Amino acid sequence: MTLLSYAKAMNRALADALAADPAVCVFGEDVGAGLAGLTLGLQQRFGAERVVDTPLSEQAFTSAGVGAALSGMRPVIELQIPSLLFLVFEQLANQAHKFSLMTGGQARVPLTVVVPGSGSRSGWAGQHSDQPYGLFAHVGIKTLVPATPTDAYGLLSSAIADDDPVVLFAPAGALGVREDVTAPLGPVPLGVARTHRAGTDVTVVAVGHLVHQALAVAEELAGEASVEVLDPRTLYPLDRAALLASLERTGRLVVVDDSNRFAGFAAEVLAVAAEDGRLLAPPRRVTRPDGAVLPFALGLDRALQPGVDQLREAIRAVLK
Amino acid sequence: MSLPHLADPAGRYRAMRLIRSFEELALEWVRSGLIVGGTHPYIGQEAVAVGVCAALAPDDGLTSTHRGHGHVLAKGADPGRLLAELAGRVDGLNRGRGGSMHAADFSLGILGANGIVGAGAPIAVGAAWAAQRQGRPRVVASFFGDGALNQGVLLEALNLASIWRAPVLFVCENNGYATTLPAGAAVGGSACGRAEAFGIPAETVDGMDVEAVRAAAGRMVERARAGGGPGFLECLTYRFEAHHTMERRFRLAYRTAQEVAAWRARDPLASAAAALPSATVAAIDAEVGQLLLESAEFALASAEPDPLTAGDHLYASGLRPRSGAAL
Repeated sequence: MTLLSYAKAMNRALADALAADPAVCVFGEDVGAGLAGLTLGLQQRFGAERVVDTPLSEQAFTSAGVGAALSGMRPVIELQIPSLLFLVFEQLANQAHKFSLMTGGQARVPLTVVVPGSGSRSGWAGQHSDQPYGLFAHVGIKTLVPATPTDAYGLLSSAIADDDPVVLFAPAGALGVREDVTAPLGPVPLGVARTHRAGTDVTVVAVGHLVHQALAVAEELAGEASVEVLDPRTLYPLDRAALLASLERTGRLVVVDDSNRFAGFAAEVLAVAAEDGRLLAPPRRVTRPDGAVLPFALGLDRALQPGVDQLREAIRAVLK
Repeated sequence: MSLPHLADPAGRYRAMRLIRSFEELALEWVRSGLIVGGTHPYIGQEAVAVGVCAALAPDDGLTSTHRGHGHVLAKGADPGRLLAELAGRVDGLNRGRGGSMHAADFSLGILGANGIVGAGAPIAVGAAWAAQRQGRPRVVASFFGDGALNQGVLLEALNLASIWRAPVLFVCENNGYATTLPAGAAVGGSACGRAEAFGIPAETVDGMDVEAVRAAAGRMVERARAGGGPGFLECLTYRFEAHHTMERRFRLAYRTAQEVAAWRARDPLASAAAALPSATVAAIDAEVGQLLLESAEFALASAEPDPLTAGDHLYASGLRPRSGAAL
């Protein structure tokens, strides 16, 4: 039995991509030392010219990644904390994402941005604990949130091979997940959801680390309801077909999403269900509050994130 | 090998004439409504684009600005396709998807004009870094104005270029104003001082003198190509027209008539013409006039894009997003 950790899976995906394609390169802070785990050992193996330690100039090195991508490279940018995405929103949303359209298809920007540790890491407070994936999905950047080691390997591999910019959020709450890997690791296509547990009474759409929470609750409630757990894996483009097919079976929907409630990812899932599906009961969301900023004290930090009790209640509510 | 069409003074005059006449035509088209949204005219600054591009090789790259027509034409883009782009036609450089502020021709190394001030500089650094990795002898020129001197990302880009010894020529077109704000009121220290602070050799030249710009750019481009790292050129210049065509409606008074007249008296096109035999100038003017007539015909004959294609080219991978209510 081989237990593969989430962090090791991403590290292997990056190593395999670097080994397979000389156009792949890495920019980021402390990537040589491998501080965030993603790049551990890669500079030693592939050299400092391909795994590039950058100064603390997130905007410039992200844009340099865009320029390199426009010139035939496939850069992977590591941002150590999710809030740095706010700093480089211009570079990603306004530059990288728009080049293909604005140039009438002349340009492509195969750029991957990885955040190895999004959301709360317990005790890192307001500026290190966000889940800004909804912003990227909203502007139309391919947005990935793998929940498991094999999906982390597969989605990161596909992101690097994709010809468009992609942002991959590795939730801090999933980094400790280990998986008994029996099949060879391989790419996971973008835009394809995964049914972790089949069920007939209610569909729980869970994002990132909350997939594991949803699976635990589904198991706990097995005696009272048959819960299907659907992991979109790619938030944008969303696998609407998989969502609607699941709702065909269950007719009931709960979304558990660790981002802010107002105009968040869960809201979009509910809108798709309302517009294109048939629901037997009003759907429910379990999310952070509107416009949440995570406070420092651990109890306060936890109080604003989706919890097991809320999920259990939401499932029971839609089943009433 | 430098760009063949800019290899001699006659070629450089021709390119400046082309930019000037193109921009005058574009102004007419803005007035008549053929160009919607307006333009940022390059008139007065022609010696900078042409002088810098005269120092570049065909494979060299450039990043441009919101005031980018001059750079794009100087590097060799087809004026008919640029005009078609400004008019939003399918045969435009960007198939009508970019317009004035995003004109690009990747086949000529033109990595795009850019609507965000200073944004092209770090893109140029990344493109130059990639060329180093790929073993291409490519230099990337990055144009920006004095307004960009106060963008943090430009300063970050200077630093990255310096530590990576990236083959970039930073070209600051100091036309004296960030829209309406005088550079003297906006720039603490100096343009060259910024570059020098990052260990980048910098020089200020007369941006109204195409030969002076070419000579200085040539020194820096060759140095960068030989592995000597980036250079920084401040070109003192002036835009004769408004910041943007829309400005005409407001009758803004941030520049005195005397100041504009004094700079117009130093018209770079006139001095470039004066260095050539008058018959040569007349022949070039006639040829460029004819070329622009043909360019206008080409642009006007080109179709407007089918509204049903508004979502095309959004994703290089071919992803088709869900339609909104409008499509």
